[in-house]
Amino acid sequence: MNAPVKTPEERKAELQGMGDSRLRKEDARFIQGKGQYCDDIKLPGMLHMDIVRSPVAHGRIKKINKDPAMAIPGVHAVLTADDLKPLNLHWMPTLAGDVAAVLADEKVHFQMQEVAIVIADDRYIAADAVEAVEVEYEELSVVIDPYKALEPDAPVLREDLAGKTEGAHGPRDHHNHIFTWEAGDKSAADDAFANAPVTVSQHMHYPRVHPCPLETCGCVASFDPVKGELTTWMTSQAPHVVRTVVSMLSGVPESKVRIISPDIGGGFGNKVGVYPGYVCAIVSSIVLGRPVKWSEDRMENISTTAFARDYHMDGHLAATEDGKILGLKVDVVADHGAFDACADPTKFPAGLFHICSGSYDIPAAHCSVKGVYTNKAPGGVAYRCSFRVTEAVYLIERMVDVLAQKLDMDKAEIRRKNFIRKEQFPYTSAFGFEYDSGDYHTALEKVLDAVDYDALRAEQEQKRSDPNCPTLMGIGLVTFTEIVGAGPSKICDILGVGMFDSCEIRIHPTGSAIARMGTITQGQGHQTTYAQIIASELGIPSEVIQVEEGDTSTAPYGLGTYGSRSTPVAGAAIAMAARKIHAKAKKIAAHLLEVAEGDLDWEIDRFKVRGNDEQFKTMADIAWAAYNQPPEGLEPGLEAVHYYDPPNFTYPFGIYLCVVDIDKGTGESSIRRFYALDDCGTRINPMIIDGQIHGGLTEGFAVAMGQQMPFDEQGNLMGNTLMDYFLPTAVETPTWETDYTVTPSPHHPIGAKGVAESPHVGSIPTFTSAVVDAFSHLGVTHIDMPHTAYRIWKKLKEEGVQL
Amino acid sequence: MAKQIVKMNLNGQEIEQLVDSRTLLVHFLREQMNLTGAHIGCETSHCGACTVDIDGESVKACTHLAVQCDGCEVKTVEGLADGGILHAVQEAFYEEHGLQCGYCTPGMLMTSYRFLQNNPNPTEDEIRVGLSGNLCRCTGYQNIVKAVKSAAVKLQQKESATA
Amino acid sequence: MIPPSFEYHRPSSVEEAVGLLSSLGSEAKILAGGHSLLPMMKLRFAEPEHLVDINRIPELKGVRVVGDNIIIGAMTSENAVIADPVLNEKVPLLPEAAKLIADPQVRNRGTIGGDIAHGDPANDHPALALACDAIMTIAGPNGTRQVPASEFFLGTYWTALEETDILTEITVKAFPQGAGYAYKKLKRKTGDWATAACAVVVALSGGSVSHIRITLTNLGPTALRAHDAESVLMGQSVNDDLIRQAAAKAMEICDPAEDLRGDAEYKTAMAGQMVQRAINEALAKVS
Repeated sequence: MNAPVKTPEERKAELQGMGDSRLRKEDARFIQGKGQYCDDIKLPGMLHMDIVRSPVAHGRIKKINKDPAMAIPGVHAVLTADDLKPLNLHWMPTLAGDVAAVLADEKVHFQMQEVAIVIADDRYIAADAVEAVEVEYEELSVVIDPYKALEPDAPVLREDLAGKTEGAHGPRDHHNHIFTWEAGDKSAADDAFANAPVTVSQHMHYPRVHPCPLETCGCVASFDPVKGELTTWMTSQAPHVVRTVVSMLSGVPESKVRIISPDIGGGFGNKVGVYPGYVCAIVSSIVLGRPVKWSEDRMENISTTAFARDYHMDGHLAATEDGKILGLKVDVVADHGAFDACADPTKFPAGLFHICSGSYDIPAAHCSVKGVYTNKAPGGVAYRCSFRVTEAVYLIERMVDVLAQKLDMDKAEIRRKNFIRKEQFPYTSAFGFEYDSGDYHTALEKVLDAVDYDALRAEQEQKRSDPNCPTLMGIGLVTFTEIVGAGPSKICDILGVGMFDSCEIRIHPTGSAIARMGTITQGQGHQTTYAQIIASELGIPSEVIQVEEGDTSTAPYGLGTYGSRSTPVAGAAIAMAARKIHAKAKKIAAHLLEVAEGDLDWEIDRFKVRGNDEQFKTMADIAWAAYNQPPEGLEPGLEAVHYYDPPNFTYPFGIYLCVVDIDKGTGESSIRRFYALDDCGTRINPMIIDGQIHGGLTEGFAVAMGQQMPFDEQGNLMGNTLMDYFLPTAVETPTWETDYTVTPSPHHPIGAKGVAESPHVGSIPTFTSAVVDAFSHLGVTHIDMPHTAYRIWKKLKEEGVQL
Repeated sequence: MAKQIVKMNLNGQEIEQLVDSRTLLVHFLREQMNLTGAHIGCETSHCGACTVDIDGESVKACTHLAVQCDGCEVKTVEGLADGGILHAVQEAFYEEHGLQCGYCTPGMLMTSYRFLQNNPNPTEDEIRVGLSGNLCRCTGYQNIVKAVKSAAVKLQQKESATA
Repeated sequence: MIPPSFEYHRPSSVEEAVGLLSSLGSEAKILAGGHSLLPMMKLRFAEPEHLVDINRIPELKGVRVVGDNIIIGAMTSENAVIADPVLNEKVPLLPEAAKLIADPQVRNRGTIGGDIAHGDPANDHPALALACDAIMTIAGPNGTRQVPASEFFLGTYWTALEETDILTEITVKAFPQGAGYAYKKLKRKTGDWATAACAVVVALSGGSVSHIRITLTNLGPTALRAHDAESVLMGQSVNDDLIRQAAAKAMEICDPAEDLRGDAEYKTAMAGQMVQRAINEALAKVS
């Protein structure tokens, strides 16, 4: 009996390829408690490392007494900077061209800095030993405010840099100055301002926050003294780069270093850097010849590994009286903490901040960013965003609102007026970025219609006229453009390694496949979406395509997953590798069907002879033939590797609208509605995209409405547990409405732009826009985050708003 | 060291183990029993990633001593499926995309499992309150709420099928 | 975050527990729900040598009615308080307020007695106990004694309990017929302590206030009863103006500590807001 012939639609559906909301391939292990995260790894003979940290933010180490700790049974070693010195490992290079202490060398520069490590039989004994190490400090003056850090008589933080007038990014003009970096055309911008009828200025602080994934950082380092091989399981978003760094630091050849990123419990930028804890665990394993585990606790995580933001920004816009923007100027003082360990492409100490002209056609623009040392933890990572793009989007979206207010224009109207028009793409901004594609007007109107914007404004008007109304109503609107997919290696590198990414695909004889990638998923669902790309490219069901990432011994070299680069860069590498296979498969098909390649058409999962539906070879047929009877002159096998160096970034965009009701009595705010339209180009898995957007919006909500890392004058970080650091629960989190338009990227093989970070980048200024809008009738133009009830109440009081 | 014998029923198995009195339940499960489903996220009982079921109640295992479980029935995510058949909450989290990185998932599942026994037909608001002891950084909870609703329907259908 | 070593004891009666506390002295701590003590131990802020776990003492759990007394075992969990039919009928403030404490899992472990005995002004049950005119029953080496809530809270982390004492029962009476009640708690998020909170119990007779309690959480070194605020309303037919006056009186006794939740000015203002809202909500429930 013949099986019924399937229609092309049925065959396509069976592939569960691009565009299909297929369920995730990675979930089976997670829902059964069988994920394997770093702290789940247990090796024979494994020891535990814990870290002695500084209670003071700035001080000289007078004395360290290890003896009481060493006396505890089960303690194997206590190591300090003095022990690492002979190995030259007490300092390490940072991604930003600075050095950072691995263990504090004579001085501590921030509270909770790593001072010593203990290695013990288990984590309980290690914790006791940490308590037992005695350290004496001489306290020094503390600098928390980056402006004060630049005063002439400010304390010298980095004595190791004494006399160094040239930094990694140009001259240093003060002992606490790291760099001053500029982009754009200053004289053109100055001219625009000199001749403009209207100018506005606004100072704003984007507070220091922490990505705070639910899993903290950690590793298990295992050095085999016999083979001279080092294997380390690590919570890393960039295992290949880490391998390169570890090899450079340790002197172990890169071929004998194996970094494995196992399942990762969220990254959000927190797991990009190389932290002292990793280095110390590796050193401990090499020194002791046994596996060593380090697991960070939550307070250590929030206090020391990878803060984000902390930009003090002055924005200026010049415009015509009817609201056409003529020029943009931005000056930033960036608080980088004690060591410059920002995770940015090497040439960009302020990341891609110069995307700050946003979605607008601004003829002249200039920005300047000054990096400063303070007595805070190092970091400056891209917290669910491309490098410093969150700050840039916040700046321009706030400034456009400020200008609209000054001109008494509606927020939507001023945006319509200044958008880069659809026909202007590809569009080169005043900062020199070439925006690939966009259609902002269509997207904006779609959102305004969906929420009935005019009705919302009418309701707001009515509420404002009622003095007994218990709430202030605010409407936030943001029309952002992101820049992701770093990046073209001619301008983007990390420690000299170009920011390409890679894919290796092997088709097995029976027609299933494995793909290995240079990226690493942290919840984004790579094992599903990557398989879907291959499914559509090669006609193999995504169900039988395995995706492996994170093991440097098996995966091709890649730069990792951050800055929404997985789909724009690695996703392109997949398509290109698949196309190499496709080309070979076509040769095999032509051979099998005894026709010329030019007589073949590709249809979903098969090559068929043009004009004859009965004569075809499926990819499964071809795979078998590739291992069995390849055409003469063609190698057996069916596999390909592709290293993709993107020709450009991608530029996803979105239109977000938020309605907030503020309780006049308590300052509490309630997000009544949040409508998010995203355009990420080609959509691979709509279910996963929606999930990413929900998550990004929720993280944005947390940043805007509550996250902060407040320091007192002594440099104590107040609030480093999840009691104080705001991670919203299901109760506080708003319900999200999502929508989309599709404007494919013209230079990306499948037209995809990347999506996971847009909702974080775009939502944060939307919340601020809404909160400020609630006060705008009182002449308020800006309120700094976080918009906690306490801070909003202070504003209510200042403005004389009473219940 | 103050060690004690602890007996408990762990995922249906009677076990007897020697534990140090200060051993936290989450470390006992993960390191002594090799059940690594319960995760450690905050260590201060805020995140719920370590949630397990003790004598029919959801408990945060990071703030509970292993010795306190002497004589108790303890269920972890590893014991949720019944002989290879997934529990309705596991199915629903998969089908509704109620997880991303998977780190909060065991705690979410265990809380949802118990919540639905106490409240078989919850409203959305009740679900949100019921899960408010569990933090998720990835999903924004929207699909988790959907999953719990869907699991409620599945469980009711199962109940009426066996009734 | 690992607690230091200790000896673990699990008495099965109050008598045994008191005996242990007496013999172990100041190096022993009582382990109730553990959600304050264990985090403190993990941070090494508390390093007791002995923990006396009172979770397996049956007589300390549950709610019973004796005459017109409603007796709540000190180790009754918050979730048991929420679910208890007697409390829901006779003292509905307690279950309603308990829903605002911590989170669902913590409410399975956290107990009414632990919340009260800790003496933390940020805890919710102290103000609730004041609002319910609760009587604390304390077992010690010299037998049991009773202390009214009004004399129990002496300062921050300081109560009428001696080191060798155990709080065993909280006794309350049913609210007056038709009384209204409310607990308004401003907090940053689920699981947080109050920025400011207010409990109100009110009964009316012929349209005038015949019974009123107004108590405050986390607005001073202990939970506070706002007597002067109560006086403003007692015997009166309540209107918005009187409610504002009562709130102002309540704010006068506030002396909150500044923290990340806000400064004293904000917390005091929020006390005023919570008092007004609690009175309004309680009045709306009067039947």
